[in-house]
Amino acid sequence: MSAETMLAFETDCHIFSGCGFDAPGLHNFVFKPLFTVGGFEFNKPMLLALLSTGVVVWFFWAAFGRAKVVPGKLQMIGEAGYDFVRRGLVYDALGKKEGEKYVPFMVSLFFFVWIMNLWSIIPVASFPVTSIIAFPAGLALMVYVLWVFLTFKKHGFVGAWKNITGYDKSLGWVLPLLMVIEFFSNLIIRPFTHAVRLFANMFAGHLLILMFTVASWYLLNGIGFVYAGASFVMTIVMTAFELFIQAVQAYVFVLLACNYVQGALAEHH
Amino acid sequence: MNALANMAAEVPENPLIPPIPELVIGLIAFFIVFGILAKKLLPNINRVLDERRKQIEGRMEEAEALQAEAQQVLADYRAQLADARHEAARLRQEAQEQGATLIAEMRAEGQRQREEIIAAGHAQIEADRNQAAQSLRQDVGKLATDLAGKLVGESLEDHARQSRTIDRFLDELEDKAASDATKAEAGR
Repeated sequence: MSAETMLAFETDCHIFSGCGFDAPGLHNFVFKPLFTVGGFEFNKPMLLALLSTGVVVWFFWAAFGRAKVVPGKLQMIGEAGYDFVRRGLVYDALGKKEGEKYVPFMVSLFFFVWIMNLWSIIPVASFPVTSIIAFPAGLALMVYVLWVFLTFKKHGFVGAWKNITGYDKSLGWVLPLLMVIEFFSNLIIRPFTHAVRLFANMFAGHLLILMFTVASWYLLNGIGFVYAGASFVMTIVMTAFELFIQAVQAYVFVLLACNYVQGALAEHH
Repeated sequence: MNALANMAAEVPENPLIPPIPELVIGLIAFFIVFGILAKKLLPNINRVLDERRKQIEGRMEEAEALQAEAQQVLADYRAQLADARHEAARLRQEAQEQGATLIAEMRAEGQRQREEIIAAGHAQIEADRNQAAQSLRQDVGKLATDLAGKLVGESLEDHARQSRTIDRFLDELEDKAASDATKAEAGR
């Protein structure tokens, strides 16, 4: 949390005391650098991103590092997660034969995104890394590059453009219009929405939790404690809801990635 | 409000414009995960999963083999049982036949012995009767001659004639008895 929100808890600023409500906003997504190395400012989201790497690697190392045919508890959980992405997402979209190659990428993507989202409801961290657009944008960019690469590799130069623009002779006079729309949709809008979908969900979720948390504190004065209570209940509810949304968004992000790869490999768009 | 001033200073950015340092860190963080998972951990688990699959398949094959063997044994056992039943039935049949033959033989033997005994009895009776008849004839002849001699007062001189007469008389008697017996048998 930014220094400003910490202040909101530390001050005695409450309703009915002539103190205005310091509503959470964009400033909660800007962090002062934790330290600076040669002009490079290292801040909290970066730390959490690297911690996500640590958590994912640590977990899978513990689960699969010395994998056994008869699995231990942790390996069993790891296998369940691995199988969930492998079967539920990759095989489903790409088929077993085509999809096998992309399983490690998608598994890494899912768990990395999920853990980055999960920081939102972990005390002390309490910030979803993916609500900084740079993180989902980087991942979406990667998927985008993969998609473009696969499209050109699979269909050749002309075929790739046909694939991207949804070329289909039978459409007649609508074809030019459709090609323009498809061109913009696939090549420009899609990577943007891919990143923003994840970003905006996490951004809004974090803002909601912040809002109810800060309000619970702010309303705690006189009769206001009733509203503070309601607000606090909402904080709990939203936290639980976020737990769900984090998993769903990670799932959707990887599902879309799988669909894009599938689109690149498909014979006809 | 120090906080407000501070805030205003830090909000100029558009949240949709990605800051480059975060972008780089994010990608590095992801590629560490991807590298370790793709190079080491997921091949690890895939190998184990394959091995497990093979073991399960192996066990299933083993189980199938065992089942086939069990079925073979069962079939053999059933065949043996059927054979044994047939054998038993055959033996029983044989025993019955032998018993029947034995009984028939014994019955035939009994019959034969009975007939022999009866025949022997009959022969004995016949012999006794003949003997009795013989002695009777002599005695009767003698008695009749004596009686007649006494009645006439002298002995009849011609013994041969005398014996012929007696024989004739006795033959007549016998004939009469025989015809009586025939009549009696016919009437029965």
